[in-house]
Amino acid sequence: MYRILQTVLVALILLTAIPTAGLRAEEPLRDLVDALGTAKLSNMDEHIAALAKSGDPKIVPVLEALGDGNLYVRKADGQVFLTRESGADLILSDPLSGESVGEAPKSALQKIKVNNSVRRAVRAALGGLTLLSPDRNQRFRAAQSVLQAPGADALPTIENALAAEKDAGIRALLEQARATAILTSDRPPEEKRQAVQTLKQSGSREALSILSAALGTAEETLKPDIEAALASIEQTQTLWAGGQNVWYGLSLGSVLLLAAIGLAITFGVMGIINMAHGEMVMLGAYTTFLVQDVVRTSFPGLFDWSLAIALPLAFLVTGAVGLAIERGVIRFLYGRPLETLLATWGISLILQQAVRSIFGPTNQEVGNPSWMSGAFELGGLTITWNRLWIILFALTVFAGLLFLLKKTPMGLQMRAVTQNRRMASSMGIRTPVVDALTFALGSGIAGMAGVALSQIDNVSPNLGQGYIIDSFMVVVFGGVGNLWGTLVGAFSLGILNKFLEPYAGAVLGKILVLVLIILFIQKRPRGLFALKGRAVEA
Amino acid sequence: MTIRARVCGAFLAAALATTAFNGAFAAEDTIKVGILHSLSGTMAISETTLKDAMLMLIDEQNKKGGLLGKKLEAVVVDPASDWPLFAEKARELISVDKVSAVFGCWTSVSRKSVLPVFEELNSILFYPVQYEGEESQRNVFYTGAAPNQQAIPAVDYLMENEEVERWVLAGTDYVYPRTTNKILEAYLISKGVKPEDIMINYTPFGHSDWQTIVSDIKKFGSAGKKTAVVSTINGDANVPFYKELANQGIKAEDIPVVAFSVGEEELAGLDTGPLVGHLAAWNYFQSVDNPANGEFIKTWKAYTKNDKRVTNDPMEAHYIGFNMWLKAVEKAGTTDTDAVLDAMVGISVPNLSGGYSTMMPNHHITKPVLIGEIQADGQFETVWETPGLVVGDEWSDYLPDSKDLIADWRAPMSCGNFNIATGKCGGKGS
Repeated sequence: MYRILQTVLVALILLTAIPTAGLRAEEPLRDLVDALGTAKLSNMDEHIAALAKSGDPKIVPVLEALGDGNLYVRKADGQVFLTRESGADLILSDPLSGESVGEAPKSALQKIKVNNSVRRAVRAALGGLTLLSPDRNQRFRAAQSVLQAPGADALPTIENALAAEKDAGIRALLEQARATAILTSDRPPEEKRQAVQTLKQSGSREALSILSAALGTAEETLKPDIEAALASIEQTQTLWAGGQNVWYGLSLGSVLLLAAIGLAITFGVMGIINMAHGEMVMLGAYTTFLVQDVVRTSFPGLFDWSLAIALPLAFLVTGAVGLAIERGVIRFLYGRPLETLLATWGISLILQQAVRSIFGPTNQEVGNPSWMSGAFELGGLTITWNRLWIILFALTVFAGLLFLLKKTPMGLQMRAVTQNRRMASSMGIRTPVVDALTFALGSGIAGMAGVALSQIDNVSPNLGQGYIIDSFMVVVFGGVGNLWGTLVGAFSLGILNKFLEPYAGAVLGKILVLVLIILFIQKRPRGLFALKGRAVEA
Repeated sequence: MTIRARVCGAFLAAALATTAFNGAFAAEDTIKVGILHSLSGTMAISETTLKDAMLMLIDEQNKKGGLLGKKLEAVVVDPASDWPLFAEKARELISVDKVSAVFGCWTSVSRKSVLPVFEELNSILFYPVQYEGEESQRNVFYTGAAPNQQAIPAVDYLMENEEVERWVLAGTDYVYPRTTNKILEAYLISKGVKPEDIMINYTPFGHSDWQTIVSDIKKFGSAGKKTAVVSTINGDANVPFYKELANQGIKAEDIPVVAFSVGEEELAGLDTGPLVGHLAAWNYFQSVDNPANGEFIKTWKAYTKNDKRVTNDPMEAHYIGFNMWLKAVEKAGTTDTDAVLDAMVGISVPNLSGGYSTMMPNHHITKPVLIGEIQADGQFETVWETPGLVVGDEWSDYLPDSKDLIADWRAPMSCGNFNIATGKCGGKGS
């Protein structure tokens, strides 16, 4: 009953207060906003606090612009404006009414400087102001920011918001924020104890951070509770950490799989030691860059589709390059692995330097489409979207390739040629054509891998070098000539690496993996899944 | 076998490059300047820009009439990111091409590899990159930052302005990050930071899978104390590192990252939107607003015929070093190594951050230290700078091995590692 009354009261106060206060506060508010223009970085938080104290929702866009670096002051008269960029000019709008007041060249205005502590102050102020906003997303963000820095004086605001809130997700956040605020307030110990319980139940990493901070300042009677809560959260976190490691391992494995799967065709199936494989990945990544460049300048609306457009293009470009390499060089060197190794190494150097000469030695910017940015929480796991998509993509490519090899006439011919070339030839298969197409297929798949890898690695001429060793490692470990071996090899190496890394560190972890593979190859020279039968001897 | 193939390729490329540039001015009497930067291999990404910057500076000087009435001639070689090849190429520049000074090297290991050559053949090297210190050599002028001109002020900034109490020192596994982190660890402990509040992490060159480390940083940061990351991660590994930070939602307001090897050039390959607020410490930013810098940026964009090209700190270091060398040669009236070495100390030239840099007797220069925050447009905005110029300190005061050492290359001391405790020249280091 009390809650409902409170809600009604707050709503009433807000409804009646805002319009009249707005009218009356217009002038002092403008002074406060203009004061931001002359404020120093060191006393900016006081100005922000003064603005926030007004409680007027009109200042929300001002604070947002300040945090985003879109608040400028006019050099001539010290007036502050919200701005939007338009070429070399800035479109100005009035900070309080939001009305457009024309354009001005950038040189006539000065950006109001912000740093991290100003951004934190803005975030906190905005959190307090937008907790009652009708927009769910805005409220959610507000709740998150309140949780970042809740102080005892924010407690009434949080409780008001909590009373009005219906959305379960936001409520949970607000409950945590309230608990955090209570811990630093002078509320009775009983309430504090309850707050500790609330935080303990959330089990999140933030709760861990809040509780360990509170441990230092808490009263003696409360300390055992906090310590117990900390221990319990740490325990759940450790459990989740194991799951998180498996996820990281799968994700690293999918990258290895993508890098190696093309090689599984050229090296695994055809037996060509192709040192230029990494450069095919690199060319795929540069194709993505070019596609994004064209999309950015000509069709900005299609940006989220740029990767889908780049995929077939990368396949065609690198497939064509692969075809040219096979027809131009490799076909003269079949059966001479050492010469093939040297020749493909040379090709890889040529390709690298060619890309360096055309695009320059520096990294090229390849953006993440919106559906590949950010992360979401799954229980205690943090799952980043780009990694999730890459895992799915790697598995799709794998399945597609398996289908191609096992179920299509072309795949049948490929397998026939690699298993017994002379017999296949006498059955009427044009082996040179099949060789060329197989190599082109392997290269094309490497190019598609490049599209995916451009999302997590940097697009530079050296991109391929980082993957060539790993790719060979995966193919040899999994068993030459066996696609399933490549799949299992990639994922097991990925997971092994990620379980070693927290204990041994990234450098030692990598060395240990290499040592283990060497030992493994001593025991099983043909890898995990060795091909059996006559094909092996051929 | 593969190494031989690579070396052969590099030789060929380098030979082509040298002949191409030699041909240009072969007819007249010129002063030759060697440029020793990798144009292929892993370091090409950073060093090619410096080669272009040097060619531009030499070009500009020739337009102004050259030096001592002669034209300057650039001799470019490609050491191909191959450390022993740096020494060979340096020898070639000095004894075959007879260059008067060499501008070059990026990684510390390449510098260490050429040091004996410059000492033996008595020539001059200008080294433009921030480095770990613990060295002062008669034939080398260090125009990049020593640790006290970059790392220590950055840590001070975080301690004072962001009230950081917990530190992650993350670096690539080689000499610069290891030495810098050793100095920083000693410094932090001297400031009362507890050892359990410092986490040190090394990763291999070109590390691309940062998931575990970023989540470790997140975990380390959830101990209820303000945490910051001090990054000496080098080169290509930075892009996936920052991408992972952004994706795992680590914001600069919560855990800021201050980097010593990330400049405008590295950010050009990144979508910087999610990185706004992360920091870098340098002695120069492209965004520094003054006429000299504006002119430099304009010339650079015109020279590279690319409106999007950015400038960075090592480029400014070459700008300072080149102008110092010009002035010293004019003062000495000759390009003779010993005369120029003597003339260099005390030379003062304008830098691009709006002041003057002076060559000190320890062969390091004075510089301002700037802390900048990454902006959405890939530039840095200066949020803090040292009130005056900082003198490069070659031997760190925070390491027990080097705290008693000083360098002074003026006569009569002429020593790179003078021990003030024993009063003798000679101690640790070169």
